Amino acid sequence: MSKLKRALLLFVSVSLIGCASIPAGSERSPDDPWESFNRSVFSFNEGLDDYLLKPITRGYRFILPKPAQQGIDNFFGNYRDIYTSANNLLQGNLSMAFSDLMRVVVNTIFGLGGFIDMATPGGLEKHKADFGQTFGVWGIPSGPYVVLPFFGPSNVRDTFGTAVDLETDYLFRLLPDVALRNSLTALRIVNARNNYYEAGDLLEGAALDKYTFTRDAYIQRRQYQIDQAKEGKEPPLPVYENQYQ
Amino acid sequence: MKNLILSLFVSITSLFVCSASAQSAPDPNTPDGLIKIIVADVMNSVKSDPEIQKGNIPRVVDLVEKKIVPYTDMRRTTQLAMGRNWSKATPEQQNQLIIEFKNLLIRTYSGALSQLRDQTVQYKPLRSSPSDTDVIVRTVVIGKSDPIPLDYRLEKTNDGWRVYDINIMGAWLIEAYRNQFTNQISQSGVDGLIKFLQERNAMLAGKK
Repeated sequence: MSKLKRALLLFVSVSLIGCASIPAGSERSPDDPWESFNRSVFSFNEGLDDYLLKPITRGYRFILPKPAQQGIDNFFGNYRDIYTSANNLLQGNLSMAFSDLMRVVVNTIFGLGGFIDMATPGGLEKHKADFGQTFGVWGIPSGPYVVLPFFGPSNVRDTFGTAVDLETDYLFRLLPDVALRNSLTALRIVNARNNYYEAGDLLEGAALDKYTFTRDAYIQRRQYQIDQAKEGKEPPLPVYENQYQ
Repeated sequence: MKNLILSLFVSITSLFVCSASAQSAPDPNTPDGLIKIIVADVMNSVKSDPEIQKGNIPRVVDLVEKKIVPYTDMRRTTQLAMGRNWSKATPEQQNQLIIEFKNLLIRTYSGALSQLRDQTVQYKPLRSSPSDTDVIVRTVVIGKSDPIPLDYRLEKTNDGWRVYDINIMGAWLIEAYRNQFTNQISQSGVDGLIKFLQERNAMLAGKK
C-alpha cells in the first residue's frame, strides 16, 4: 500500500512540475495568484477524469439499473446528512441541524437504512454542509484559490475543511474492516462522479475556458453557501460596473 | 416510541397536504408570479413530450425559444457580461454578440431541460417591496439527488418583468462569463470573441 502511495505521489509530482502556462493575454484574477500551478493540477485532474474516472462511471451506469444507482446515492446521502447536521449545529443553525437529524432518523427507519429517501417528499428539505463552509461561517477568510489533485477546485480554507471532513469521516477513516472501507470509498467516488455525469458534458459546451469558468463558479458558489448559512442573511447581489443604458 | 413515530408521520403528512393546498393562481405582473407561470408551463411541456424526453434537442431549443426567451432581456445579460468591453464594440458587433451568446445559452440549457423528469420546484418567500424594479426570485429544484438552488434576477421594463441573470447552485451566470469574455477579448479582440462563440455554437449544433 505504501509503495503504491509513493508511486502515486511520484506520478502526481512529476506531472505537476511542468507548470501549465497561463494563456497569453488573459487577465490575472486577484483571487488566483497561483494560477500557473493551479492550471497544471487542473489538467492533471482532467486527464485523470478522462482516462480513469469517467470510463469507470460509464461502466457503472451501463451495468447498474437506475433504481440501484439511486439507492446507492440515497444511502451515501443519508450518511452525509449526519455530518451536515453536525456542521449546521457548529454553524449555529439549530433548526436546520434538527431537521437534518430528523431526515437521518426518518430515512434510516422508514427508508430501509437510507436506500430510499422518504424525508424529502415528506417535506424535510435536504441541505449540505461541510467543514470548509463552517470555517467560513465562523469568519475565516477563504485565502487564494487552489486546485487540489484528485479533489479539484478549493481554496486554502476549504483545503483544511476537506482535511477535517476526511479525518472525521467514519466510512473513509474509521471503519475497522479495511477491505469494506476501501470498496465503500471507491463506490462513493464513482457515485459522486455519476451525480454530475450529464452536467459535466454541459459544462464542456458552455465554457469558453473551462479552467476560468470552473474557478469563478466555485468562488461564487462557496461564498453563496456561506452567506446562506448565516441565518436570516440573504446572499448579496453582484453589482455590475456598467449600468444598463 | 410508537406515539412518537405516529406523530412524526402525521406531521410529515400534514406538511405534504399543506404545501399542496396553499397554491393560488399566480399573477404574471409580479416577478414571482411570472416565474411560476413560465416554470410550470415549461415543465409541463417537457414532461408531456416524449420526443424531448428522448433527448430531441432541436425540439427543446424550439420550446426554449417560444416559452422562455420572450421573457428574458438578452441585451442586458450580454452587456453586463461584457463589462467595460461593451462600449468598445460597435452596435453591429453588439448585436452579433447578443445573438451568439443567446444561442450558446439556449444550446447548453436545452441539454439540461431535456433531463427534467420528476423534479419539483419550491419557491422561497419573495423579499422585496412592490416599488422595487430589480428583484430576485429564489427557487430550489428538488429531484432525486441533491437539491439545486436556482435563482432568477428580474428587472421591471416597460413590457413587464424580464429575466436577465440566473444563479445556478450559487453562481450567477453573468459573473461566471465576465472573466471568460474579458480574457477572450484581450487575447483576440471583440471579433475574436464573436468568432469563438460562432464556432462553439456550430460545434454544439453539429453534435445535435
